Amino acid sequence: MSSNTIKYRNSFLREVEANVEEGEWVRMCMQCGVCSGSCPLGPHWEHPPQELFMMIRAGKREEVLSSSSMWMCTSCYNCIVRCPRELPITHIMHGLAHYAHKLGLAPKNQPTKKFAQLFWDNLSKKGRVNELKLGLSLYFMNGFGEGIKTALKMKDIGLGMYKAKRMNPFEIFGGHGCKDKKGLQAILKKAREIEDAKADQYPKV
Amino acid sequence: MAEKKKLGAYICKGCGIGDRLDIAQLKKTATREGKFAFAKDHDFLCNSDGVKMIQADIDAGEVDHIMIAACSRRAKTDAFRFDNVAMSRANLREGVIWVRPDTEEAEETTQEMADDYIRMACAEVKFMNPPSPSGEQGRVDHVLIVGGGFTGLTAAVEIAKAGYKATIVEQTGNLGGIARQLYKRIPTKAPYIDPQDTGIDALIKQVEENDNITVHLNSTVTKTSGAPGRFSVDISQESGSTKTENFGSIIQASGFKLYDANKLPEFSYGKSPDVVDQLGLEALAKAANGGAIKRPSDGKEVESVIFVQCAGQRSEKEGHLNYCSGHCCMTSIKQAMYFKDTNPDIDTMVVYSELRTPGAGGEDIYRSGQQKGVTFTKGIVSEVTPNGGNLKVKFKDLILDEEVESEADLVVLATGMEPKSGVNIDAIIVEEEEDESEENSKTIPIVPAESVLNLDYRQGPDLPQLVSGFTDSHFICFPYETRRTGIYAAGPVRRPMDMKQASEDATGAALKAIQALENAALGRAAHPRAGDLSFPRFRKEGCTQCKRCTVECPFGAINEDEDGYPVFNEARCRRCGTCMGACPVRVISFENYSVDTIGQAIKAVDIPDEFDEKPRILVLACENDAYPALDMAGMNRIEYSAYVRIAPVRCLGSVSMSWVTDALNNGYDGIILMGCQKGEDYQCHFVKGSEMAHTRMSKVDDTLTQLQLETERVETHEIAISDIQRVPEIINNMAATIEKIGMSPLKF
Repeated sequence: MSSNTIKYRNSFLREVEANVEEGEWVRMCMQCGVCSGSCPLGPHWEHPPQELFMMIRAGKREEVLSSSSMWMCTSCYNCIVRCPRELPITHIMHGLAHYAHKLGLAPKNQPTKKFAQLFWDNLSKKGRVNELKLGLSLYFMNGFGEGIKTALKMKDIGLGMYKAKRMNPFEIFGGHGCKDKKGLQAILKKAREIEDAKADQYPKV
Repeated sequence: MAEKKKLGAYICKGCGIGDRLDIAQLKKTATREGKFAFAKDHDFLCNSDGVKMIQADIDAGEVDHIMIAACSRRAKTDAFRFDNVAMSRANLREGVIWVRPDTEEAEETTQEMADDYIRMACAEVKFMNPPSPSGEQGRVDHVLIVGGGFTGLTAAVEIAKAGYKATIVEQTGNLGGIARQLYKRIPTKAPYIDPQDTGIDALIKQVEENDNITVHLNSTVTKTSGAPGRFSVDISQESGSTKTENFGSIIQASGFKLYDANKLPEFSYGKSPDVVDQLGLEALAKAANGGAIKRPSDGKEVESVIFVQCAGQRSEKEGHLNYCSGHCCMTSIKQAMYFKDTNPDIDTMVVYSELRTPGAGGEDIYRSGQQKGVTFTKGIVSEVTPNGGNLKVKFKDLILDEEVESEADLVVLATGMEPKSGVNIDAIIVEEEEDESEENSKTIPIVPAESVLNLDYRQGPDLPQLVSGFTDSHFICFPYETRRTGIYAAGPVRRPMDMKQASEDATGAALKAIQALENAALGRAAHPRAGDLSFPRFRKEGCTQCKRCTVECPFGAINEDEDGYPVFNEARCRRCGTCMGACPVRVISFENYSVDTIGQAIKAVDIPDEFDEKPRILVLACENDAYPALDMAGMNRIEYSAYVRIAPVRCLGSVSMSWVTDALNNGYDGIILMGCQKGEDYQCHFVKGSEMAHTRMSKVDDTLTQLQLETERVETHEIAISDIQRVPEIINNMAATIEKIGMSPLKF
């Protein structure tokens, strides 16, 4: 019931449209709530998608970007399939999460966020996912002791995978990558520069 | 009684009738009991050969009263259409063989059922006469249109295009009405993206250049009398001169006025010039003419604007309109586009509680608004206050569930439409009644209003209003049809609407008006008994001048002469027979429908002895909904009791109490009346018929008690055409009730 003084001006909507992947779709939401009703994790979201869209239009920049909501998306695509206005809701959720992370506004200990970072770091180094390293870094994500415990628990599965030739222990030393690693790094660097230039027009925090 | 009548019966053997029923027996019933000159059967009566057989008999002068025993009177009406004869139909297919099982033990009762329907149809036609003209018919190919706004102009053009003449009477000095005040109109064509030109100037030009359209500006209708085909109308100029002209039919397109936003002090209308209603914004947009829209207070270019939907409407608050005006959401989207199309950086927000965009293009218009960057916020505005140079808008965001405030340069209030329908004739009647009994002191406030039509009718000077002042008789079933025959309402006076709907309305009403004058010229009834050539007559010697017929006629068709006798206006009559049902001395009748035709049919039924254990149930079924529902039960082969005898009536309003008392005295064990839904959401085709029948029947218990009969023996039901499962249940329940309480003792 707090009477705040949101201006309901469109500045944040314009920011989202310019910076968030598929953000130009936000204005097309008609608030029917089908996305929120279709989401299998719906009850666990702080703000369901349709509410996020309304908050964007209401100019609630900080509340939206620091929300854990869009990190809850599991990419099941139910919302996209059902949206009567054909909004790419899943993509917008990822776009919002990405934008919030880049601005440093995303919640600090969000597990999805942590995993996404590990995945990205793992992938962007050589252009290929190193599953062994990714798995290990997940084991040790929450400290050394926790990592050892998880590793011991999973040892039978690991041995089985090794015997079935589904896991190569030598991947721990560097591992395989794509053909032109330097080229890939250059592409990623350029993309980052373009995004940053766009985002610089808007406040950082 | 029927000395000169030449009676002939025709019995069809098709559709399984011949297999299931004893045709020879049926023929015997018609000739011996019905006293018909002959009875012929045919294998397939509705084919060309069968029809030819009947027509040949008619042409040879052998028959002028025919009884056709075949399918329902609602089926094969094209085949069984014969001119200048009286005709009745016995329903052996939907009414007998299709509702009875094809078993040996059912055979006897099924045959009895068929025999009774033959007896009923024979009796009915004996008391009919072939329709004869009244001499009242008139033909005037000229339609009067009251109101020279968009609706009236469109109707005039449509009428002229169809080859008839039209006269427009416009109160102000200009044609075009409110449409002339608009900058642009809601898009009407795909892809429904941008507001489009109103086209009103071109329409006015079209009217002015058309030789078949006459325009009277600064004029009003000061007197309307007569009936369809012979309306006599006084058109008075502001200067005082009056001209009387004749018209075949009338279209009332008197339009609407915008709800007075001064009644909404919470929104600061009148306190700040920057709070405008939708027409106020049209004026600003017109002044800007495609340039930047400036706010009225200081001429600053508007940078932010908030549209407040449902201002003073869709609200039960005192003084507010309780209905949705239908166009305002789309109008606000259109107006927000005025801003966005000149400068996309202008913040435009529409605060709505439910966004309603009816019509084919509605959703596309909404989408186009969103595409252009109009923000839509689901919320309810509670207050608008001047705040420095700006306006502060307080509202509750219904999605985020919080009270918020926002600022804007300009606020537009979407207020509703109020119909300009003239005098509320029902309010006057209530006032009169109140003088007699002050206990029922529920007053309808009488707002002084000038009459639009000044009808010289006994029932009041204007069209009866359906709801909230709108003049219609039923929004869904009978659009444009008012309760005054030959006078059609079109445009926002009928129900709230936008220009697109108004143009469709104008076209529809124009066609209806043409149909009405054509029907009147031939002496035929208008909707819903379209084409009926009969009309009510009364026996003056028997009339007691009680005025019940003139008061109860739902269509105001009956006037009174100086002595208080009814004066029937044939072309105003819809042939419902409500007057016939109302008349306590039974002097009103039609050639093809009277107290006798149904009364004799009821009496013709063979009532078995009390100890035969074969009760008889009479159903008086409204031919508009209940009878088709019974027919459809037959089509679906839903069985019901063989003891029932169904007599279709034009409307429950036409049911004479004498039918009920006579039936009870004749030994019927139960009576069911089936009419349409009554009350506020009525579905009665004649508006009040079902309601009046229910009122009249509420007193039937006294009659039953007098006859020492159980009150359960008479029931009245409201039936919809879709009650296909329910009607057989009602019949079977009555049969079960009779089994429980026993047979009527009044069998002789």
